[in-house]
Amino acid sequence: MKVTLDQDKCVASGQCVVAADDVFDQDDDGIAVLLDPTPPSDRAEDVEQAAAVCPALAIRIQG
Amino acid sequence: MTSTVRTGGAQAPSAPEFPMPRAEGCPFDPPPALKKEQEQGPLRKVRLWDGSTPWLVTRYADQRALLADPRTSADITRPGYPSSAPVRGSSFSFILMDDPEHARQRRMVTAPFTIKRVEAMRPAVQKIVDGLIDDMLAGPPRADLVQAFALPVPSLVICELLGVPYADHDFFQENSKILISRSAAPEERGAAHAKLIGYLDELMGHKIARPADDLLSGLGTRVGAGELSRREAAETGVLLLIAGHETTANMIALGTLALLEHPDQLALLRDSDDPKAVAGAVEELLRYLNITHGGRRRVAVEDIEIGGEVIRAGEGIIVPNDIGNRDPEVFADPDRLDLGRDARRHVAFGFGVHQCLGQPLARMELQVVYSTLYRRIPTLRLDAGLEDLSFKHDGAVYGVYELPVAW
Ligand code: HEM
Ligand code: SF4
Repeated sequence: MKVTLDQDKCVASGQCVVAADDVFDQDDDGIAVLLDPTPPSDRAEDVEQAAAVCPALAIRIQG
Repeated sequence: MTSTVRTGGAQAPSAPEFPMPRAEGCPFDPPPALKKEQEQGPLRKVRLWDGSTPWLVTRYADQRALLADPRTSADITRPGYPSSAPVRGSSFSFILMDDPEHARQRRMVTAPFTIKRVEAMRPAVQKIVDGLIDDMLAGPPRADLVQAFALPVPSLVICELLGVPYADHDFFQENSKILISRSAAPEERGAAHAKLIGYLDELMGHKIARPADDLLSGLGTRVGAGELSRREAAETGVLLLIAGHETTANMIALGTLALLEHPDQLALLRDSDDPKAVAGAVEELLRYLNITHGGRRRVAVEDIEIGGEVIRAGEGIIVPNDIGNRDPEVFADPDRLDLGRDARRHVAFGFGVHQCLGQPLARMELQVVYSTLYRRIPTLRLDAGLEDLSFKHDGAVYGVYELPVAW
């Protein structure tokens, strides 16, 4: 799967890190950072959870 | 009204009053009349204290869509904004601002709320929680849990994070209480707000003169750099101080009451060693109790079409997350407290750019509290009848005023 993250939209809620901390991290100000833009398919559930709870609709998943 | 699109006009004369009363004996459930609105349609009209008739958005999916929609505004000074009480200017910092200024000011205070920084505070919070329980156990076997525990935990934590002296807690707790009460007179609320702003402003003065390693000192540096006025810094301080303790305190006390009334669920939590199960229980209690029960308030800045109806620019919008969190389309058997369910998609922290800034901190505090209190005091019980308790029906944040417990 392919993940994209729009940092301009991010409001630093931290929800993506809670859902999948091997795919998302935060910088010092809380803005999300994508650690792995192509996570393995066994991470799909948690990454989808991250995208679903992101309040800023900043996370998109393709494929 | 000339178009053929149905607007609320025809419905408005009979629009029910909002907020609505909860049912006698059901302190954890949203008002029955509110749930009925949800059954009747996705977009309804309600009547507020001032006679205005904003829209009520009843369903989870629409609630999230609208709260994330840049065509809505959180600016209380805009005409049409559905305020919960008479407005006295806009001075609640970025919670009542729109982007880009909202984003600019919010980003100035996000750093201490990252997951990593909050996790680093966990041992200190555990120590606070254990210390307060030690104090309770050292005294007579009964207490008001609100005063002895629920209020001190988040107050101590937010004071430490902001750099506010905890010794002043009587002062700021008292004034916060007045400020978020719907039943207090506008002058009373204005006076409480002015006192809190004055207090924070004086504190900012100290922080600017002698910076420490805390959030207010960080804001002081921004003031020095000309990024923020001193007034804006004080307003942000007040917002964080109030939001940081009132909400979490109510979750602790009301959550404990809900668990005492659902002993099978309490037992699940008490007997679990799994941090994931505890985290899941916190999400379910947030969903089930949804303590910010007045609804998110917005005003449309452009026409917004939803479900075949149009919210016109300038019309008020109320998003009652309590019934969003009980939407049967999203949560099966929604009125049941089920700590084992996956409740993570709840909207108890709101949604969109204003979603709770303090949520990582609130979650961590609640995880520590719920996994410690009932284990250390396994015989904890309610020391009053449910019908004797008085609930915060009138406030922006729901909860119990006092929670007499014994063990
Ligand atoms: C269980 C506890 C809490 C609950 C249920 C809660 C709930 C909420 C909700 C529903 C909002 C959205 C307001 C809106 O959309 O109009 C919000 C915003 C906010 N909360 Fe919390 N909150 C909690 C704890 C905290 C804590 C501990 C803090 C921290 C210091 C905090 C700080 C804030 C701030 C600053 C905002 C405004 C965010 C913005 O406008 O960008 N909250 N909270
Ligand atoms: S969930 Fe969304 S808003 Fe929150 S930190 Fe991640 S990307 Fe940012």
